[in-house]
Amino acid sequence: MSNLILKFAMMLVVIFGSVILGLLFKGIDRILNAKIQKRVGPPIWQPFYDLKKLMIKESIIPRKAVKWIFELSPLVSLAASILILFYIPIAGKSILGNSGDLILIIYLFIFPGLSLVLGAFSSNSPYTNLGGQRLVINMLGYEFPLAIVCLVPVWLIHQNGFANIFSLSTIYAHNIWGLVDPIGIIGLLIEVMVIFIIIAGELSKTPFDIEAADSEIAGGALAEYSGRNLAMFYIAEAVKTIAFGSLFIALFFPWNIEAFFGIKILIYLLKLLAVIFIGLTIVRTMTSRFKISRLTRVYWVYISLFAFTGFLFILL
Amino acid sequence: MDTEKFNYKINKKAKKVAKAIWVFNWFNSCGFIEILPVVGSRWDMERFGLIPVASPRQADCLIIAGYQTIKSIKRAKLIYEQMASPKTVIALGSCSKTGGMYWDSYNTIKKLEDYLPVDLYIPGCPPRPEAIFDGIHKLVQKISLSD
Repeated sequence: MSNLILKFAMMLVVIFGSVILGLLFKGIDRILNAKIQKRVGPPIWQPFYDLKKLMIKESIIPRKAVKWIFELSPLVSLAASILILFYIPIAGKSILGNSGDLILIIYLFIFPGLSLVLGAFSSNSPYTNLGGQRLVINMLGYEFPLAIVCLVPVWLIHQNGFANIFSLSTIYAHNIWGLVDPIGIIGLLIEVMVIFIIIAGELSKTPFDIEAADSEIAGGALAEYSGRNLAMFYIAEAVKTIAFGSLFIALFFPWNIEAFFGIKILIYLLKLLAVIFIGLTIVRTMTSRFKISRLTRVYWVYISLFAFTGFLFILL
Repeated sequence: MDTEKFNYKINKKAKKVAKAIWVFNWFNSCGFIEILPVVGSRWDMERFGLIPVASPRQADCLIIAGYQTIKSIKRAKLIYEQMASPKTVIALGSCSKTGGMYWDSYNTIKKLEDYLPVDLYIPGCPPRPEAIFDGIHKLVQKISLSD
């Protein structure tokens, strides 16, 4: 019974911690983005100010919208984003322990995007319809290279004869960089590069932001959302950033140091900052948007071939 | 609720809005050229929490630059109606105030406030980026000090 209460308390900590951490990292990302562009940038608390403002704004529901889907989809998006974090080991510990595996997490990552698509279609505007369709294309695209990349640690652990290969706690317990030969390290580096590119696609940031193309389709899938509902999507995106970064760390950089839990958390935060800086800030500042007709080819041909090449290096 | 308490609440709300103003730009004249650097890296409006958004639903502030024709004012009204409250309107340039160099044209709007509830005029032909920041600062003051 006390175990259950402890678990519940930890869930609450993760819920609030992930929201605050996500918004904080969003602020850091915006400042770094501004510094790269030789701007001053917003204060670090800017996402909190944005959120406060969104909470007091009027929340408009379009007259022709399907009301219950329109109101429910931000909630589902936020809930699914937070649920992912229960399964991923953060600083060596995951709340739900061994109950989930890698395949479940890859499926759960579809949920926030899918609920956004449903919300977009339900709001009954040409811009949101277009944005929803483009988001589906984007999601179809990154799923395939992401699956290849996620299979690499699983395959390596299977090759070395450990049990429970799909369980994240097994993957987290083994340093996969020690399980490969020097040629394999090149392959792993290639996979790391691939996942650094995919982060932008997963979060619909430039160069993969065809669904939210501000200058083409007026904000895309989110065009009809305002006020409270938009705030929920805003938080969901921030939490999803944290979740995806944590998954990446659990798969490729699970370097554990036997130390006090606070130091472990600190190391985890530093790793997360590095991942978000390279995978999100630099990529989205350096690049511009792909044409919609090229996006699927980029994902399924170039990035997938790149990922396969890395896999071959590991197989050798 | 007495008025003092009500005003205090409104002011508290206004201060929250003032730190993160999302701007929707409605331009069909030369004012657009002069406000572009405000978004760019030299004047950098993001440091004050101002972001240009693409959808009027998410905007707090509608910036209308320059003259409006009889046709385009209908669209401007539609955009204003689509915005979620609390919302403000800023008119840029001399044309929106007096008609400017189009003062005797048959198809332009001479005074924007006859058609939309304008909160603030920023005069100039076109106004400098500094003037725009000054204007937004005044708007924030006007909202948070109003009683």
